[in-house]
Amino acid sequence: MSDCQLACPANPSEQFLRSERIPHIWCPGCGIGTTVNCFTRALLESKVDRSKLVVVSGIGCTGRVAGYVDLDSFHTTHGRAIPFATGLKMANPKLNVVVYSGDGDLFAIGGNHLIHAARRNVDLKVICVNNMIYAMTGGQTAPTTPDDVTTSTAPFGTYDPAFNLPYLVEAAGACYVARWTTYHVRQLAISMKEMFSKKGFSFIEILSPCPTLYQRRNKMGDGLDAMKFYKDHSKIKHGCPTSEVALSKSGEIVLGKFVDRERPDYQEMMNHHLQEELGSRYVEMKEEALCS
Amino acid sequence: MPADPRGVLTGSHFLDGDHAACEGALAAGARFAAGYPITPSTEVVERYASRAPLVGGTFIQLEDELAASIAIQGAAWAGAKAFTVTSGPGFSLMMEHIGLAAMTETPCVFINVQRGGPSTGLPTLPAQADMMQVKWGSHGDYYVIAVCPSSPQECFDLTIKAFNLSEKYRVPVFVMLDEVVGHMTEKVVIPPADQIEVEPRHFTAKKPGEYKPFEADALGIPEMVKAGDGYNIHITGLTHDDRGYPNMSPPMQDKLVKRLRSKIIDNAEKIWMYEEQDIAGAEVVVVCYGITARVAQRAIDMAKEKGVKVGKFRLITAWPFPDKPIRELAARVKAFVVPELNLGQMVQEVERAVAGKAKTVLVPHAGGSVHRPEDILKAIMEVAR
Repeated sequence: MSDCQLACPANPSEQFLRSERIPHIWCPGCGIGTTVNCFTRALLESKVDRSKLVVVSGIGCTGRVAGYVDLDSFHTTHGRAIPFATGLKMANPKLNVVVYSGDGDLFAIGGNHLIHAARRNVDLKVICVNNMIYAMTGGQTAPTTPDDVTTSTAPFGTYDPAFNLPYLVEAAGACYVARWTTYHVRQLAISMKEMFSKKGFSFIEILSPCPTLYQRRNKMGDGLDAMKFYKDHSKIKHGCPTSEVALSKSGEIVLGKFVDRERPDYQEMMNHHLQEELGSRYVEMKEEALCS
Repeated sequence: MPADPRGVLTGSHFLDGDHAACEGALAAGARFAAGYPITPSTEVVERYASRAPLVGGTFIQLEDELAASIAIQGAAWAGAKAFTVTSGPGFSLMMEHIGLAAMTETPCVFINVQRGGPSTGLPTLPAQADMMQVKWGSHGDYYVIAVCPSSPQECFDLTIKAFNLSEKYRVPVFVMLDEVVGHMTEKVVIPPADQIEVEPRHFTAKKPGEYKPFEADALGIPEMVKAGDGYNIHITGLTHDDRGYPNMSPPMQDKLVKRLRSKIIDNAEKIWMYEEQDIAGAEVVVVCYGITARVAQRAIDMAKEKGVKVGKFRLITAWPFPDKPIRELAARVKAFVVPELNLGQMVQEVERAVAGKAKTVLVPHAGGSVHRPEDILKAIMEVAR
């Protein structure tokens, strides 16, 4: 045990982390670690049964979150965290399944899976770290990259229109939609905690800086400058129509909880429907159906 | 262990191959299936969708084959025996997750009812054109098991076998039907549950903290746990160490990928299944599989009537390829005839095994129908001369 560990009380977040895997791969100024810290705070406060909590990630910088949390965790293929998570949840409804991935993973290559899981209202908690770029591969244009910035694949500037993630996810059927930045750590942790109390498809977008590949290439400064930018440009508008929360390069960032509604989740609908149709012949999938 | 009787439809049935494969999956204990409709395989999941709610299972129709082929892996890690079903174009989309299942050693079963390709090809007509794709279609070196039923009864029997092998070797296993076998209707006998042997999942007895998800036993196969059991496992498609943690060093790559190979190749003799007929004294041996084995039987019978000493070697396991028995045959027969509903796929493995010790003749067919027995007979007669 090092002197530091003797002298300092343990960080309460540490119990949720695979400390033996530190240092992590994220760059200085990156916001992903901040989101993980908020996630562990939310776990501490929400008192979810951690043995039933599973984190599923796709591929990319945020995809590495699954590898650092000391929980059952799956680092799957690019864009496919949601269908993997759907299989987990459908086979064992007692699992509390979190999908933790990036904007490119969830909305480009995985976009089809995301809208269908939201349509079905599968009981998944989806955390999307949006750094507006493909970071792991070196800063290429993503479906979230705003207009008029430079990326490695848009050397003369972007002209692809970007997705407005909350608007898309709400339209697809999500029960809970919120957006924060890595500057708004307390609000983010509260939002994550609230998400753990929801049933159905929940979605939190977190704006997070990529100083190495987005800020620097666009002369936007470092991680600290990104925090100042988030602080100065953010406006909290709970309940704001998601059609009005699109992001741009330097415009207002609308934050808050935009959608919080109830509708039966996929498994409730399935069980209810099959019960009605089949009566006593219906055998709901229970843990006995799993290998033991 | 014996099968769970809830999934076993004991009795004598008149079923097509697709339906029989579904019953095989249910008998093997499959309680989760995910699929996307595609001809000529859809009947498998249609039947599963009607049967699963009665036996405590779940079916979900997903948005595409990419989703279906990974949802079954999520279900497998939740503890379910799980499978998906597809045909050519869908199988192409599933390649990504064949690699994932091989790399993460996830037990699961893929049923592929083969049709003519490439691309959309012949949606309703047969081929055996994915035999190399199943082995080589996903990137990287990987080793899987593939079986080839040639009757609805075998669709039932071999689907059970596929689940058992997937549990035993922690590997994705493929049941490679073709459209004719999938759609032909024959008698299928389903035995009582206590007469069906089902391989249990090999869960560890170790405690959290002691268990490593990729620490191999003497056969090269690691024990499993499931999500929610408190082991805090990490499973990744990246090259990983015994703990499952990413480790992208050349020595770790070497160790892992070689073990993924050796757990199949070193156990190949235990995995191989094949049927030999009139091999002793044969001058010509017809190597065949799936529906083509049944067409070849007619050609073999015709050749025998003409006095040719001809035997049959029917591949039941295509992968790992039973090269040793073919190599042994090559030392004493004159020639091999290999009819396939493709332009020459498994014949390459036959040639590899034969290694020039005997003549090997392909009887190709681009697909869309089965061979004419006369075409196979012609090849037998030519090499027998």
